[in-house]
Amino acid sequence: MSMNKISAIAGVVIKELYRRKDFYVLFVLTALITVAAGSAKFFHDSSIVRYIKDICLLLIWISALIITISMTARQIPAERENRTIFPLLAKPVTRGQVILGKFFGCWLAIGMALIVFYVFFAIVSGSREQSWPILNYAQAILLQWVMLGVVTAMTLLGSMIFSAPSANMTICFIVVGGILFLGQHLNTIALRNPEPMRSVIYAIYFLIPHLEMFDVRERVVNDWPLIGWLVCGVAVLYGAAYTVLFLFLAWLGFRRKSLNA
Amino acid sequence: MKKLSPISWLIVLVALCFTLATLFVPRAENWNGQTQLANAFTLLFGEGRKLFANEFFVMGDVYFHSGFYPTIFDQQEMDRDVAAPAHGEADDTDPNEDFRGKPKDWIDRLERAFTPNKHTHLSTGGADGTVKAAGVQEILPWLKLAADTNPQMIETYTVGAYWLRTSLNKPQEAEAFLREGLHYNPRNYELLFDLGQIYNENYHDTARARNVWRAALREWQAQSDAEKKNDKLGLDEIAAQLARLEDGVGNYQQAIRYFELAKTVSPNPDAIQEQIDTIQKKMAMQPASTKNATH
Repeated sequence: MSMNKISAIAGVVIKELYRRKDFYVLFVLTALITVAAGSAKFFHDSSIVRYIKDICLLLIWISALIITISMTARQIPAERENRTIFPLLAKPVTRGQVILGKFFGCWLAIGMALIVFYVFFAIVSGSREQSWPILNYAQAILLQWVMLGVVTAMTLLGSMIFSAPSANMTICFIVVGGILFLGQHLNTIALRNPEPMRSVIYAIYFLIPHLEMFDVRERVVNDWPLIGWLVCGVAVLYGAAYTVLFLFLAWLGFRRKSLNA
Repeated sequence: MKKLSPISWLIVLVALCFTLATLFVPRAENWNGQTQLANAFTLLFGEGRKLFANEFFVMGDVYFHSGFYPTIFDQQEMDRDVAAPAHGEADDTDPNEDFRGKPKDWIDRLERAFTPNKHTHLSTGGADGTVKAAGVQEILPWLKLAADTNPQMIETYTVGAYWLRTSLNKPQEAEAFLREGLHYNPRNYELLFDLGQIYNENYHDTARARNVWRAALREWQAQSDAEKKNDKLGLDEIAAQLARLEDGVGNYQQAIRYFELAKTVSPNPDAIQEQIDTIQKKMAMQPASTKNATH
C-alpha cells in the first residue's frame, strides 16, 4: 500500500521530466557539440576517437548534474507554492512517503535520461572505434546513477534548509562541484597544513560523500579494463549509505517544517 | 499594402544573411592583417591563446599515459614522456612507477580502483597492453590544438611530426605539420632538422635531406653565442646526422669533418671518435683513385 503511494508520487515526477524541456535541450546540445567535435579531422585520420568520447562524457556528466539538481530542487517548493502539498498529504500520504516518492521519481527519471545519453555515446563511440564495450558502459551508467542518487538526496535535504529553489540549486552545484574537483585531494591538502587545520580538513575529507569515486570517465575514454564487480558493489553500498543518510535528514527536516508558504 | 507571410520574411532574412556573408567573410579574413591561416583561437583570444598551448600539450601527454597522470596536487615531472622519443630518448615505461605513492587511507585505496592506476604508454600497448602502435594517434588532436594556440611552440611540431612519421607511418602529414611550423617559425633549425629526418628516413631522398640539414646547421650557427651555449645538443644532432649521411653515400672526408664538428659539443666524444676511426679505416682500404673521387 505504502509502495503504491510512493510509486504514484514518483510517477508524477517522471512525467514531469519528459514534459519539461530541460532534458531535450541538454541532450540536443550534447549531441550537437559532440557531432561538431567529431566532424573535425586531424591529419586526415578519421579513427581518432578518444577526444570525442572525452567531450561527450563530460557533457553527459554536466547535463545529468544540471537535470538532477534543477529537477529535484523544484519538487517540494513547487508543491508548497502551488498548495498541492495539502491535498497530497490529505490522501493520506505521510511526509516520509512524499520524500521517498520525490526521491525515487527524480532518481528513476535521471536514470532514464542517463540511458538515452549513454546510448548516444555508445553509437558515437562505436561508429568510430568499431568496438562495443557494453559492460564498461553499464558500469559507468551504474556508478554515475548511484552518484546521482546521492546528489538527489542531498538536493532534497537542501530543499528543507533553503527556502528558495534557486539558493538550493546554487549551493548544491557549488558543493557537488567542490567535491568532484577537490574531494579526493583533501587528504593531500590536509597533510600540507599545520594543526589544527590538518584535523579540520581531514574531518571534512572523511565526512563528505566522495562523489568523484563514481567518475570512471578516464577509464572509459582510455579503454581501461573492467573494474571488479566486487569493488563496484562496495562503491554502490558507499553511495547508498550516504543516500539513506541524506534522505533521513531530509525526512527529519520535512517532519518539522511548516507547510505554509 | 499586402502584408508578407512569416515564410516570406524567413526567405528574405536567409537571402540577406547569405548576401552579407558573401560580402563580409572574405574581408573579415583579412582584418588586422590576418590571413586564412588565422584560426578561431586567434580570433577569440588574441595573444592570450598562448596560455592554453601548454595545457593542450600536457593533455597530449595525459592521453599518451591513458589518463594515468599527476594532478596539480601531486608531484609532477617537468619532462613529458610523449616528447622523450622525439628528443632521442628511450620510450620505456615502468608499470610499477606510481606518482601517488602508497594509499593514504581506505577512501584513497578504494578510489584508486576507479581511476587509471598503471603507468603505461599508448605507443607500447596502452592501458590494457593491446593497443596497436597506431593508437598513439589519439594524442594528435591535442598537439594540433597546441600548435594552433601557440604557433611558436616548436616542441609541438617536432613531437607531432615524430609520431606521425614513426608509429603512424604518415610522413606526408608529418612533413605538412613541420612546414606549418616553419611557416610560423621560418629558419628554425629544430624544424629543419626534423624535416631532414623525414627526407632521409622516410623518403630516402639523401640529396634533399642533406640540403635541409645544411640549412639547419647554418641556422644553428647563426644564433647568438648565448643561444649556442644553451643548445649544444642541437649542433651535435645535426652534425652527427650529416656525418652519417655523408658516410652512407661514401663522402668520407665530409663525414669526418661533420663528426669532428659534432665531437666539439657531444657529451660522448669518445663514441664519435670511434666512428671517425671506422671511417678512416674504410678510407685506408679504398683504392687511391676512389679516395680522390670522394674528396
